[in-house]
Amino acid sequence: MDVIKEFKVIGKRLPSHDAVEKATGQTKYADDFALPGMIYGKILRAKYPHARIKRIDTSKAEKLDGVYCVLTHKDVPNNAIISRFGQTRAVGGFEGVYRVLAEGKVRYYGEPVALVAAETEEIAEKAIDLIEVEYEELEGVFDPREAMDPKAPKIEDGKSNVVARFKIRKGDVAKGFAEADVIVENEYMSQFIDHAYLEPEAGVAWVEDDGSITIRVSTQVIEHYREIAHVLGIPESRVRVITPKIGGGFGGKEDITVEYYLALLAWKTGRPVKIVQTREESLSFRSKRHPYKFKYKTGVKKDGTIVAVEAELISDAGAYMTLSPWVLLYSTVNAIGPYNVPNVKVDSYTVLTNHPPSGAYRTFGAGQACVAYEQQMDEVAKKLGMDPVEFRKKNYLKKGDTMANGWKIPNTVALHETTDLVLKYLGKKPKPSGPKKLVGMGIASGMCSYGRMIFLHDTSRSKVRLELDGSVTIECGVQDVGAGQEASLCQIVSEVLGVPLKKIRIISGDTAATPIAGTTTATRQLYMSGNATYLAAMKVRDNILTKASEIFGVDKSELIIEDEKIKTKDGKSISLRDIAVACAADGVELFCEAQFNAPFGEVPDPETGQGRVFPDFTYGTTGAIVEIDTETGEVEVKKIASAFDVGTAINPMRVEGQIEGGAAMGIGWALTEDVKFEKGIAKAQSFAEYIIATAVDVPEIKSIIVENHDGLGPFGARGVGEVVLAPVPPAVINAVADALGKRIKELPITGERILLALREKS
Amino acid sequence: MKEIEFTINGRKKRIAVRPKDLLLNVIREELGLKGTKYGCGTGECGACTVLLDGRPILSCLTLAVAVNGKSITTIEGIGTDEHLHPIQQAFIDAGAIQCGYCTPGMILSAKALLDKNPNPSEEEIKEAIKGNLCRCTGYVKIIAAIQLAAKRMRGERV
Repeated sequence: MDVIKEFKVIGKRLPSHDAVEKATGQTKYADDFALPGMIYGKILRAKYPHARIKRIDTSKAEKLDGVYCVLTHKDVPNNAIISRFGQTRAVGGFEGVYRVLAEGKVRYYGEPVALVAAETEEIAEKAIDLIEVEYEELEGVFDPREAMDPKAPKIEDGKSNVVARFKIRKGDVAKGFAEADVIVENEYMSQFIDHAYLEPEAGVAWVEDDGSITIRVSTQVIEHYREIAHVLGIPESRVRVITPKIGGGFGGKEDITVEYYLALLAWKTGRPVKIVQTREESLSFRSKRHPYKFKYKTGVKKDGTIVAVEAELISDAGAYMTLSPWVLLYSTVNAIGPYNVPNVKVDSYTVLTNHPPSGAYRTFGAGQACVAYEQQMDEVAKKLGMDPVEFRKKNYLKKGDTMANGWKIPNTVALHETTDLVLKYLGKKPKPSGPKKLVGMGIASGMCSYGRMIFLHDTSRSKVRLELDGSVTIECGVQDVGAGQEASLCQIVSEVLGVPLKKIRIISGDTAATPIAGTTTATRQLYMSGNATYLAAMKVRDNILTKASEIFGVDKSELIIEDEKIKTKDGKSISLRDIAVACAADGVELFCEAQFNAPFGEVPDPETGQGRVFPDFTYGTTGAIVEIDTETGEVEVKKIASAFDVGTAINPMRVEGQIEGGAAMGIGWALTEDVKFEKGIAKAQSFAEYIIATAVDVPEIKSIIVENHDGLGPFGARGVGEVVLAPVPPAVINAVADALGKRIKELPITGERILLALREKS
Repeated sequence: MKEIEFTINGRKKRIAVRPKDLLLNVIREELGLKGTKYGCGTGECGACTVLLDGRPILSCLTLAVAVNGKSITTIEGIGTDEHLHPIQQAFIDAGAIQCGYCTPGMILSAKALLDKNPNPSEEEIKEAIKGNLCRCTGYVKIIAAIQLAAKRMRGERV
């Protein structure tokens, strides 16, 4: 295969292919679709965080005019299922039971207990109110540390609440601490955070003419069709999942949302069924970012060399295990951050409680670890009397170093560069704008993998077809959450085949119509489906170049493809249209469906955590300047600068969009966002209480792109969607600590907490 | 049921609504204009923003009966694929659209601003869109897009 060295399309700030349809309001999201005769589904939810179900009586609801069906766990063919989310390869040990509808007892406030389908949403709501459930309340447990106590109430009867634990053992920490001149110990935490995508969970399901079932739903994982088939007790081939454009995901649409309920209601009634969750349901009952409790102990030499780190991580899994072990593994591998530490001991636990199940959320546990290790880096620097930037630079990982899990880094770690660029942009710490103000500056570096854990043996497929008029169709089962998952594939094909974007159409996200491309999670679509699409396009390119070389009587290497033509060096050319026609006439294949396989590996050693876990990482740095009003406790973020080595930016405009969006999300994490569960009940049930950054809260954000072109994605790209968030919260937190001269270790850092800290200080 | 008459995207409509029907549901379900979005139902996210006599309002908090005799503009009413409104074009060019769910409301809030203030400051832009939440973009490119649109609408070549 030839190699494309000079880019004509890659790296260009081209608008996405779907921007026009979105700007004109034509995109049909999950809730924008309807079918004739459609009925509406609603969910009855548990009124206690932990209770036995003594009796469910649905008779009154069933008798209500306009009600089509009322379902409880007894109506679900396979109600208790093992959660195995889109895994190519089943890995034993950590699969938890997930119940479609509560059975015997409820484990969290808001857990689905029964389903109703009715002619209108209003009737469905009335029917929900008519279902009688008798509960016997049980003692709940809401703190993961308390839940670890063998005497604590059990979420799964008779089983430990600790559902997974990991260890890392590298070197000898006892020896490391003995050699240390300074030892710093601290505890940190991270709170419950909601994804707060603008589009609530929604979808429509219907039964096809042949009796199979189709679900058109907002999801990051169309491959859940396998689990849906299992719940219904029918072959996988009889379930089709389509995802339209998704109104934001951030991991919250990685777990099943409304798919099972839609499928069951359509299946039982034979009618098309729609469910749209309310914002209150989404905020109060859907999966959240895992809260963590951290303990860190760091040993350093006087010159700033880190000699040992010991860390304990405890995460709140909520009432069902779902993805918690994998999120925990991410946190564990990331626990010491992008630093070269010879002696490491990490112990991590994820624990069931009576909270809603925690789930996937942008960075998948790497971000929580970053919140802890980057605060600890500042605390150690302070104790050493060393500049926090110099301290970090002394310890940053570099190519050839070995991570805590024993993996030797084969490519660039550009953290010195990203940090210098961030500092250059931030400039000197400004003076306070008034006498009652305090200014602080903070930085944080972070890392996050792209691509799934290698023991899952991840693969993706994509198909590229050159049409007879020289236009191109891509078929790829990507789910587009809005970050440009489809658009990047179009830009790759445009580069490889010399076809302008407006002549490329992509068909995506349909298990019955597109090659399975795996999940839109783990920052994996550009890496995985980008490579699959690249391979497919290169095969088509090779076929048409071979034909052109016959026509012109020159070697393929003498030909170039650009501007919808194949050209020879001496000025002859043939249009893509003509070469397509010539190939078709001779039976040369004008399409290719290619598969890309990530590196495959095994689960790391359980006793030492040694072993490669991820294909690769992306690294970067964020800096923040904040100003605090000492009278109100209000924090104003004045400036954010973020720099990441993205390998190669397929489209810098979209990369900046990720960095900027990550910055705004990170500010919320540090300062305002908290679902705030009290005894298992969410206190934030609307956007009036769950405060995400608005346009006036977002400061000047400088996004800086570094390109070292040695990532594993197409054209040397690295994934950016998740890592861009990781260092933002700790940068803001460190800036606040700098301003206050004191660290607030509880998140979010609200005005109230700041005023309290100022009072304690004086 | 109550008969109401109003203009939507330049067309006169006469329909029967219930007193409790929300404008959002009438626009989406009765009129089939799906560009106006449900995001929260409590007036806190701005995804349901439409223009009422040129002023941005939250259609999830507005009763349909209240628009009797008035004029409504939704995202479908300001431009088409072939004839995009300059604000739509600027959102496309500046990379201000990611998932796109906030985009219709955001563009309508921007239109209301630029129609009365063709040369807004950055602060005025932020103030005008602060009721429109966006979780994807961090607002940077949205603000840049509105600035770009304002320049183009003033006749500057950019």
